[in-house]
Amino acid sequence: MPRTKQTYQTRRRFNTGFASTLLAAGIAPFNAGRAQGAALKVGVLLPRSGYQAGIGQDCQRGVDIATGVLKDLGLPSLQFINADTESNVDVARSRAEQLIGEGAQLLVGAFDSGQSSAIAQVAEQKGIPFVINIAAAPPITEQGYKFVFRNFPTAPMILRDAFIDQKEIFAAVGAAPKSVVFLAENDTFGVAMQKAIPGVLPKFDMPYTILDTISYDPTARDLSVEVSRAKATGAEALLVVSRLNDAILLTRELIKQRWTPVMILSMGPGWYEDQYLKTLGKFSDGPLSFAPWYDPNKKLSKALDAALAKVHPGVNVNTNHVYTFEALLIAADAYKRAGSSNPQALADAIRATNITDNSSIGPGIQFDAKGQNDKILGGGIQNRNGKLITVAPGAASNGKPEWPLMPYNKRA
Amino acid sequence: MAGLVPAIRVLRIEKTRDQAVPADIYLNVAVGGVLTGLVYGLMALGLSVIFGVVRVVNFAHGEMMTLAMYIAITLFTAFHLDPLVMLVPIASVMFVFGYVVQVRLINPFITRPDYMQFLLLVAVGIIIVNGLLIAFGPDVKSVQVSYAFDSFQVGPLIIDATKLYAAIAAIVVSAALFAFFRYTRHGTAIRACADNYTGALVVGLDVKQFYALTFGLGAACVGAAGVMLLLIVDVTPALGPAYTLLAFVIVITGGLGSMPGALLGGVLIGLTEAMAGLLFTPSAKSMFAFAILVLVLLLRPEGIMGKRAG
Amino acid sequence: MIVRLIAGVPGRGLALLGALLAALTAAPLFASDYLLTVLILILYFAYIGQAWNIMMGFAGQLSLGHTLYVGLGAYTAAALFVHFGIGPWIGLAAAVPAAALIGAFIGFLAFRFRVAGVYFAILTIAFAEFARLGFDHLSWTGGSGGLFLPVSQFTHNDLWRLRGHPVMFYYILLAATALAFLICRALLQSRVGYFWRAIREDEEVARSTGIDTFHYKMIAVVISAAMTSFAGVMYAFYYNNLFPEQVFHILRSIEIILGPIVGGVGTLFGPILGAFVLTGLAETLTAALAALGIDLPGAKQVFYGICLLLVVTALPEGIWPWLSRRIGLAEKSQ
Repeated sequence: MPRTKQTYQTRRRFNTGFASTLLAAGIAPFNAGRAQGAALKVGVLLPRSGYQAGIGQDCQRGVDIATGVLKDLGLPSLQFINADTESNVDVARSRAEQLIGEGAQLLVGAFDSGQSSAIAQVAEQKGIPFVINIAAAPPITEQGYKFVFRNFPTAPMILRDAFIDQKEIFAAVGAAPKSVVFLAENDTFGVAMQKAIPGVLPKFDMPYTILDTISYDPTARDLSVEVSRAKATGAEALLVVSRLNDAILLTRELIKQRWTPVMILSMGPGWYEDQYLKTLGKFSDGPLSFAPWYDPNKKLSKALDAALAKVHPGVNVNTNHVYTFEALLIAADAYKRAGSSNPQALADAIRATNITDNSSIGPGIQFDAKGQNDKILGGGIQNRNGKLITVAPGAASNGKPEWPLMPYNKRA
Repeated sequence: MAGLVPAIRVLRIEKTRDQAVPADIYLNVAVGGVLTGLVYGLMALGLSVIFGVVRVVNFAHGEMMTLAMYIAITLFTAFHLDPLVMLVPIASVMFVFGYVVQVRLINPFITRPDYMQFLLLVAVGIIIVNGLLIAFGPDVKSVQVSYAFDSFQVGPLIIDATKLYAAIAAIVVSAALFAFFRYTRHGTAIRACADNYTGALVVGLDVKQFYALTFGLGAACVGAAGVMLLLIVDVTPALGPAYTLLAFVIVITGGLGSMPGALLGGVLIGLTEAMAGLLFTPSAKSMFAFAILVLVLLLRPEGIMGKRAG
Repeated sequence: MIVRLIAGVPGRGLALLGALLAALTAAPLFASDYLLTVLILILYFAYIGQAWNIMMGFAGQLSLGHTLYVGLGAYTAAALFVHFGIGPWIGLAAAVPAAALIGAFIGFLAFRFRVAGVYFAILTIAFAEFARLGFDHLSWTGGSGGLFLPVSQFTHNDLWRLRGHPVMFYYILLAATALAFLICRALLQSRVGYFWRAIREDEEVARSTGIDTFHYKMIAVVISAAMTSFAGVMYAFYYNNLFPEQVFHILRSIEIILGPIVGGVGTLFGPILGAFVLTGLAETLTAALAALGIDLPGAKQVFYGICLLLVVTALPEGIWPWLSRRIGLAEKSQ
């Protein structure tokens, strides 16, 4: 039976302090030796080869640091069984079946909405809890599943928070663009964002109008035409939904075509990723990204940062790491509260999750009746000197936004 | 004039909104399209040579190019040599690679049905792509040359420096290849094998040897194109297959076995895609390239500059 | 009719086929859920492989864009279900003709303009790519954001709307594969089959003996497209989500044809054997690498590619012709 929230929190804080003391003394902490015994078998499904390999392997880093951090938190240990979905729906499904057959008691994954959807069906059918780390398509939690949980915002949520954070930043810097041109990649995420805009935008009374929406092929290797069109609209700022490769390409084109928008407002991945910063150097400074992010002021974020620095030095903590880790955090936390690895008990425990000492922005991890964490807030991040500063929302920020974008031709 | 995402239209390929797109944008886009097209043309040239002479459907063409690009990246990281400088060494390595692959693997397949060749090269492609994934990881890699962000401004025209250099290199290499086939004995012999296999045998040409040579040349070509392309795009292991398809579209449009045809096809496709991206939804610009392909296949299968098959 | 179908087949062959069918029918009782999923995949590819084989193996037309028909079938039935609540079996009545029509269109264009061999293959690729890009922009089916079918329950099997346990799909695909096998056999033995084989061997000669090659090639394409679209409908209702980038991608077309080529183009049993071998190979490699503790993304695919290379180099006609000779069953299907 799940403990009451209050007891749980006092116990956790007590145990964390007590546990670290005991650890220092070389004795196994009190709660780790209790009840559970065996480690929970968690199947981790990620696209580690195929066209999504880069992101899948990045998410894997969140798994790599999990064991140490979870142990420091006094949570039961997890045994990971890694599986490669090969960026393919067929493989995702059979891997999920295989993992469950091998005794996985909980599944975590799978970054891609299509693959996650296939895995969700298997999990639901088998009655094995499935915690989705990253997948933004709304339908996944609209199917009435009882065993599927998503600790990641849906596209409309991401969009809503992007607008809120943008207005906050405009107020903070005392400036706002009057017009933007919207460049969006034509894939699952980009289309979900494009579709959500007509519904979400009117509610926010944004200071800018969208002059044009330019949808481009995400596998395109040449975005010169798209940037030419964007430049031709005469818009002040660039609103964009893209991924890493496109972000690099777009920036290069902006430089070559000699157009520095007043600001780049990205509502997705890419512009804050390590590769972007490394590849473009000083040209990478300035863009604002609005994405699910971690709260740098939270204790767990700092722990993750330290753990990542040890295992993968030089890698900045990002969305992939944080949300993958949090999925495992949810698993470990539920396992502890459920007191058993019975799937129904685990699922019930997950549904009752209330972790306030998490890493992502927002009041914490809780799930609504559909299995969606609808309390997650998106963050605003700005690139500065090869580092990422969280500039919004105010409560979760660790720096002030800079405005406008420094012209590319002035960056010596 | 403001426009949000359009209300639900069934097919979202709409024309540009009623903004006056300045004339210089068209010019810029067209020039960019032509320059990129020249590099695509060089890539397709390798395929044209292979397909035209050896008659093998090289479905690992793009993957071979990716291999060359990774070699360039490795050398760049180690020695900081500009890719264009490394063009000849890398092309030579690819030549050897192509030669060996032809002799060891492909030769027995020349007489076998198309689908067998296809499967063989698909398998080679799979091995290359995933081998590269294992060796280099999935992250995007690029070369950072000093002129990576340069552009030339000529009046309203802004020309991307890297594209210009790549295009010039493509023309030079194509000219060299053209000269080889026109004026050297080996080149003439290869053309003979292509035109008339039996005749070539009768005359005493060692056709197998020339096939190997040709495949090597084709590989060298696509390797050179890859190195030039590296100036414009970044490479990941999965880059290849899209370019294989593009190469086939260009080769067929331009004309099998015709070298100017491959370049022309490249320019045509590059230009079409650029203008389509400007006039219509950019995410659909490839549809126009495929539409052209279908038209060519139906109406003029020998391509724009090809000779009618004998 | 049954006598005609089995005429000329050695008794041992029939017995083996019967044993295989019995084993497959009983499999769900003994197989783990994982194995069941793998078997479903195998049967899926075996079925489509046979459909493709009709075009290539019998009539000699190389289609490298066959996933076009899978996608058309899938999207038609799925869209009807999502927007109008029309069940899959009725949806078939729309999906199959749609695919057949497109197949006929492509065939007509190609054969009327004498596009053959590799050119025909590339034409099929072009159409598949066209469909992929087109569906990416078709908001009625969700565009590139994907089409999600509402999933209701797994507790009981609703055969009418194909909602339920995967074992439902297993038996449907098993029946389809068996039926396809019989259809292929019947076709091969018929007049159409003989004309096909003549066309495949040498189209010029066939035409000169008075065979209306255009007509018979069209028949092959239409039948192949129609059969393939059925698998597409199953795909849609099994996975419950469709993305143009996944469904119409050229990699899927390649997946489809690997089985029949490895198994033996033009043979009856080749596609089925090929599906077993390749899917089995893929899963075995994954299991082997995991057992050896090798955690290297991409390693499985490298080994897979190498195995393909070896098979294709050593057995130029595919596995089945060689295997059937070894077990003394030399099929009279050629």
